Amino acid sequence: MQQPWPWYVAGPLIGLTVPALLLIGNKALGISSSLRHVCAACVPAGIPFLTYNWRAEIWNLVFVLGVALGGFIGYQLMGHPDTIAISAETVRDLKAEMGLTDFSGLLPRELFSLDNMANWKGWVFLVLGGFLIGFGTRYAGGCTSGHAISGLSNLQWVSLVAVIAFFVGGLLMTWVIYPKLF
Amino acid sequence: MKYFKYLVLGALFGIILTKSEVISWFRIQEMFRFQSFHMYGVIGSAIVVGIISIQLIKRNHLKSINGEEIKLSDKKFNHGIWIGGTIFGLGWAMTGACPGPLFAQVGAGANVGAVLIMIVAALAGTWTYSALREKLPY
Repeated sequence: MQQPWPWYVAGPLIGLTVPALLLIGNKALGISSSLRHVCAACVPAGIPFLTYNWRAEIWNLVFVLGVALGGFIGYQLMGHPDTIAISAETVRDLKAEMGLTDFSGLLPRELFSLDNMANWKGWVFLVLGGFLIGFGTRYAGGCTSGHAISGLSNLQWVSLVAVIAFFVGGLLMTWVIYPKLF
Repeated sequence: MKYFKYLVLGALFGIILTKSEVISWFRIQEMFRFQSFHMYGVIGSAIVVGIISIQLIKRNHLKSINGEEIKLSDKKFNHGIWIGGTIFGLGWAMTGACPGPLFAQVGAGANVGAVLIMIVAALAGTWTYSALREKLPY
């Protein structure tokens, strides 16, 4: 169980989450909406987009809580490798381009640690990175789950546009902006 | 208790995300560098199974366990789809996470302090979008 699940096991199971949610509660899979519900519940500040009956969406917050619980079960209880076996080329490139040396864990400590809040890396990777996720997903009306998985499963061409844009942004960061940052 | 089923399904979803390592920053870098098929296999096969499932639901007019007609709404195009999508993509490559994996990472206990900062920053991003919504191009 410590071994990672291959794509042909994990992918179909992720796909089955879409009909499972529809069948158990007539709900559409979408994780980024939870961020909006939290804002609406905690700091609505009279903003029209945050003034709605978020209580009707509690199921979404419970689902997200479940995802965190699943992270605990999947990582801590079921075991995990110390270092994720990514391709040798990626290791080589990340060493050469970003100066990473520690490849253990889920995220590189050299970029994602509280200590980094004392320098630009923490602010760029943690604060700006997180901000772009929250801003962009709501502006686009969904994230990888809502558009890529749920939307494309329902053959929505709008979601295809969104997924292409996700990749344009990701490739831009990886191939154009990263080389300038490091 | 009416929400318990969502907790269970969410936990299963979180376990799958974690065991397939899609919640790893390293896997996302590998994907955007086209150096492994793993992420494409996961996302691609998820979509194929999703499409087949939804077709089966539609063609057989399946109802939810509450007996409700299953409703799937069509997504409407606006310019936010690609502008917001690109903005999210930039953040996806930086943090190596989309919203689901962020929550799974907290549970996994990986770099928890850093991940919590990212979640708070994501909430700030969503809040800022909400406040600026009427002024943004659509």
